[in-house]
Amino acid sequence: MAIGEVHLALLLSGPRHGYDIKRAHDAWFPAERPLAFGQVYATLGRLVRDGHAEVVGTHSEGGPERTVYAITGSGRERLLTWLDEPAPPAGTTGEEIIRKTVVALHSTTSGADAERVLSAQRAAHLRRMRQLQRRSTEQPGGDVDLAVRLADRHALLHLDADLRWLEEAAEALRAQPPAASTTSTTTTTTPTTTPDDQEPQP
Amino acid sequence: MSPDRPSSPDVLAEPAHPLVRLAGLTHAHGRTPALRGVDLEVGAGTAVAVTGASGSGKSTLLHVAAGLLQPDAGSVQLLGHDLARLDDAERAQLRRRDVGIVLQYGQLVPDLPLLDGVALPLLLDGSALGPARDASRAALAGVGLADAEDAVPAELSGGQAQLAAVARALVAQPHLVLADEPVASLDPAGAALALDLLWGVVARGGALVLVTHDNVLAARCDREVRLAHGGVQHDLDLR
Repeated sequence: MAIGEVHLALLLSGPRHGYDIKRAHDAWFPAERPLAFGQVYATLGRLVRDGHAEVVGTHSEGGPERTVYAITGSGRERLLTWLDEPAPPAGTTGEEIIRKTVVALHSTTSGADAERVLSAQRAAHLRRMRQLQRRSTEQPGGDVDLAVRLADRHALLHLDADLRWLEEAAEALRAQPPAASTTSTTTTTTPTTTPDDQEPQP
Repeated sequence: MSPDRPSSPDVLAEPAHPLVRLAGLTHAHGRTPALRGVDLEVGAGTAVAVTGASGSGKSTLLHVAAGLLQPDAGSVQLLGHDLARLDDAERAQLRRRDVGIVLQYGQLVPDLPLLDGVALPLLLDGSALGPARDASRAALAGVGLADAEDAVPAELSGGQAQLAAVARALVAQPHLVLADEPVASLDPAGAALALDLLWGVVARGGALVLVTHDNVLAARCDREVRLAHGGVQHDLDLR
C-alpha cells in the first residue's frame, strides 16, 4: 500500500493537520473510498515513528485542537524513492499506478519528474507484456496450456488498459503542466473549518 | 563491392552492421515540423516498435526511412547504403530487393490481379514471370489468400488488401521490413498470421521496424522507440 507515501506527498506543500490531509487526499483521489480518520492518524503515527514526519505544533482556531504534522528530510527522500519505483506490472495494480501518477503530478516542485515516472511505468509494463507474449508464442514445442494462455491474455489486456491510461495522463501532462499543488493551503494561516467540515470527535 | 551499390548487400554476414541508421533526421510538412533531429539504429535480428501519440511523427519517420519522403536534414542508411547517394533507380532497386514496405493503406496496383500485383517487386527487378508468380503464389498462400490470386484489389476487403500488402512486402524475402500499422485493419486471426510472417524476417537475422499505436504489438518487439513532438522521447530495450 502506498498510503504512507501519499500522506508524505500531501505534506510536501507545508504542514497540515490530519483533517486537512484527509480532505486533500479525497480531492486528489475522488474515485477512491474517502480516507477514514482512524487511518489518517494511524498512518501519521507510523510516519512519525519512522522519522518521515514530525509533529510541529497544534492548531485550533476556535474548533477542536489539532496536531499539525510536517514532512522531514527522510520523508522527502522516501517519497522520491517511491516515485522512482514503477508499480509492479501485475495487471491488477491500477490503483497503485493512479496513486503514483497523481502524486508525481502534485510533487513536481520537489524533484519528482512526472514524465519520468510515467516513462518508467511504461517500461515496466511493456517488459512484462513482452514476457507474457513470449510465453504464449515461443514455448518450446509451441504448446502452452490453454488455461495459462487465457490467464496471460487477461493480464496482457489489463496491462494494455493501464498503458492507455498512462498515455492519456502523459498527454494531459504535456498539454497542461499542473501548478505545484492545487491544495496547498497551510493549516497555520488558513481557517479550514466550516460547519460541514467539522471533524468528528473521537 | 562498394557499399554504395545496392546490389546484393551482404549484410547478414555482418550481423553487427546496423540495417537501419538514421542520423539527425529532420522533416517538416510545409511549416509544421514533423521530425526534429531523430537518430535511430536498428541491428540485425531486432524488431523495433516506433510508437507515439497521433502527430508525434512516427509515420513520417517511416516514410523518410523508406525513402518515400526526403528528409530536410540528416541521413538515411539502409543496409549500409546512404539513400541520398543513390539515384532513383538504385533506390527503387534497393526497396524491391532488400526492403519490404507495408504502408497503412494497402497501395496495391489497382488493375493487376493479386498474383501479379504481389509478384511486382520481383518482376520489376527482372525476374522471369514463372518464378515470380511461383513466389507470389507461395506468399499469398502464406497469408491465407491462395484462393484470391485472380482478384483485383477492388474486389478485396480492407483486411484482405492489407494481407496482400504484407505478402508483397515479403515476396522478395527482404532483410528489412518497414511497416506502418501493418495489422491495424486485420481481425485477430489475420493479424496473428501477418505478424508471424513479419517476425520470420527477424528470426532469419533481418530487422523489422514497426510503427504502431498498439501497445500489445509494441510489447512484442525488442525495443520501443517512442516519439513525442517529432523527437525521441525514449528508446527502451524490452529484452
